[in-house]
Amino acid sequence: MQPLLETASLETLRMVGWSTLIAILGGLPLGVFLVLTDRGGLLQNAAVNKVVGQVVNIGRSMPFIILMVALMPLTRSITGTTIGVEAAIVPLAIGAIPFFARLVETSVREVDHGLVEAVQSMGGNTWAVVRKVLVPESLPSLISGATTTVVALIGYSAMAGAVGGGGLGNIAITYGYQRFETGLMWVTIAILAVVISVIQFIGDYAARAVSRKGRGATAPKLRLLRNTPAPAAAVEPTKAA
Amino acid sequence: MHSLRLALDSDGTPVITTSGLTKVYRSRGREVTALDGVDLQVREGEVFGVIGQSGAGKSSLIRCINLLEKPTSGTVMVDGVDLTALAGRGPRAGKELRQARSRIGMVFQHFNLLSSRTVQSNVEVPLEILGVSGKERSRKALELLDLVGLADKAKNYPSQLSGGQKQRVGIARALAGDPKVLLSDEATSALDPETTRSILELIRDLNRQLGLTVLLITHEMDVVKTICDSAALMERGRIVESGTVAELLATPGSQLADALFPVSGEATEADRTVVDVTFHGEAATQPVISQLSRTYNIDISILGAAMDTVGGRQIGRMRIELPGRYEENVVPIGFLREQGLQVEIAGDAAGAPLLVTEGGAGNPHLVKEGVAK
Ligand SMILES: Nc1ncnc2c1ncn2[C@@H]1O[C@H](COP(=O)(O)OP(=O)(O)OP(=O)(O)O)[C@@H](O)[C@H]1O
Ligand SMILES: [Mg+2]
Repeated sequence: MQPLLETASLETLRMVGWSTLIAILGGLPLGVFLVLTDRGGLLQNAAVNKVVGQVVNIGRSMPFIILMVALMPLTRSITGTTIGVEAAIVPLAIGAIPFFARLVETSVREVDHGLVEAVQSMGGNTWAVVRKVLVPESLPSLISGATTTVVALIGYSAMAGAVGGGGLGNIAITYGYQRFETGLMWVTIAILAVVISVIQFIGDYAARAVSRKGRGATAPKLRLLRNTPAPAAAVEPTKAA
Repeated sequence: MHSLRLALDSDGTPVITTSGLTKVYRSRGREVTALDGVDLQVREGEVFGVIGQSGAGKSSLIRCINLLEKPTSGTVMVDGVDLTALAGRGPRAGKELRQARSRIGMVFQHFNLLSSRTVQSNVEVPLEILGVSGKERSRKALELLDLVGLADKAKNYPSQLSGGQKQRVGIARALAGDPKVLLSDEATSALDPETTRSILELIRDLNRQLGLTVLLITHEMDVVKTICDSAALMERGRIVESGTVAELLATPGSQLADALFPVSGEATEADRTVVDVTFHGEAATQPVISQLSRTYNIDISILGAAMDTVGGRQIGRMRIELPGRYEENVVPIGFLREQGLQVEIAGDAAGAPLLVTEGGAGNPHLVKEGVAK
C-alpha cells in the first residue's frame, strides 16, 4: 500500500513538473506576444493578435478531457503511446500553455508604459523592452500566475490519471471508485491537499520575496512563518532625504 | 516669428531643428491636432524652455523630437541627423533611429525607474543596450551617480529614494549614453519647490560642465526664469513666441516677457500715463529713472517692478506713472528710449486694446497685446 502511494505521488509530480515547465516555456512568450501585438503595442498587429488570441481562448476554454482525447494522435506520435505518465504530459502541457499565457498577458499589461518608453528613449529595441522591463517588472505577478497554473495542473493530472495516465488520480479511481477502498481515496485527497498547500505557500513566498526586493527590503526570512512583523523598510526613505 | 533673427544672431549652431512639425492623433474617428506646424531651433549649449498651458502640445512636441511619437508631417533634425528620415513605416524603430536615440537623453515627470533594479543598475540600463561591458558599465554608472550627487545610494532601490533623488537617478541614466541633447518633459512637476530648485541647478550645472544642450518642457514660468537661455510659448499646437530671453524682452507685447517679469498697477488718477520700462544689459545699471525725473522735473511714481538675473545678466521691468496724458509725455518717453530702454505704453492710452486669450481670466500672464509688433 505505502509504495503504491509513493509511486503514484511521484508520477503526479513528474506529470505536473514537466507540464509546468513546458507551459511556462510556451506560455510566457505567447502571453508577452499577445501584449506586444495588441493595439498600442510595440509589434502592433491587429490581425495576428486576433488570430492568436482566438486560438488561446479556444485552447483555454476547451474541457481538458476532450483536449486529451483530441490530442491522442499527437501524443502517440510524440511518446509512442497514449497511456502512462509520459503520454499524459503532452495534453497537460498543451492545455496549460494558453492558460498560463492569459495570466502572463494580464500581468505584463499592468507594467507602466512609461518604463517601456524610457527604454525606447535609450535606443532599446523590442527585445530589450521585453527583457529589461516587461518580464522583470511583472515578475511577482508572473510567479503568482505560475503558481495558479501548477495548482490547476494538479487538478488536470488527476483527470489524466483517471483515464490511464497514472498518478494519484489513477489510485483514486481504481481503489476508491472501482474497489470501494475509501480509506485509500481519503489518503489520496489528503496528499493532494498538502501538495497544493505547499505549492501555494512556496509560490506566494517567492512572489513576495521578488516584489520585496523591488521595495528595497531583503528577501523575507522563513521566520515569516512565526508571523514576525517584517522590517519596516518603507519608513527608511524619509530619513534618506 | 523670430526664427530668422535667431538664426542670424546665434553664435551656436542649431542642435535641434524642427520644421513644419505636425502631429495629428486619430482615435475612433476623432482627430486632435496636437502640433500644427512647429518650427523650433535649439542652439548648441543652451537651455531652451517650452512653456504653455495644458493640452498645448508640449509633450507631443518633445516626444516627436526623439520620435517616441511619430510626426504626421514635418522634419526633426537632431545634431545634423534627420530623425524623421530614419523612422521606418511601422511602429518599430529601426537600428539607425535607435542609435540616434541613444545619443539623446530623456528625463520624465514620473522618473520611470525600474523598481526591480538598484539605482546603479538603473543607470546601467542604457549602457547594457549600448553593449558596454560589465566592468565599464559599473565604472560609468558610479561616475554618473557621483556627478548627480548620489554616489552613496548606488545599492539602494528606487523605492527607498525621495522624489528629488529619483529624478537625479533619472538624469544620471539619461546621461549614460554621453548624449549631446537632454530632453526633459516636466522633470520637476512632481517635486516640491525646494527640490525643483536643486534639480534645476543640477541641470544648469550639467549644461555648463558638459556643454549639454537642454530642451525642457514646463508649465511653470519659474522654471524658465531660473535656467532658460531661450524660451518658446506654445498655444494650441503652435509656437506663438520664441527667442532668447533678451530677445523676448525686447519684443513689444511679448507675452513671455510679460509673464517672466510681470508688472501690474493701475493708474492712480485719470490724466496719467502709465509706462512699462524694460531694462536689460547696460541700461539696468544706469540710474535712468532719477535722471528722467531731474531732467524734466516731473514726479514719477513706481507702480510695480520685477528684477531678476537671467543667464547672469540683470534684467528687469518697471511700471511707472508720469503725470499728464500720453501726448504731454512724448519727450520724456523719447528720453527713456534714447537710454536704450524698451518702453511700452500700458493701457488704452497707446491705443492698443488688450485682448484676453482663452483661459486668460484666471491667468494674468496670458494678457495679449492686440497688435504684436
Ligand atoms: N496618444 C494620444 N492620443 C490622442 N490624443 C492625444 C494623445 N496624446 C495627446 N493627445 C492630445 O493632444 C493634445 C496635446 O497633448 P499634449 O500631451 O502634447 O499636451 P501638453 O502640452 O503636454 O499638456 P500637459 O501640460 O497637460 O502635459 C491634447 O489635446 C491631448 O488630448
Ligand atoms: Mg505634457
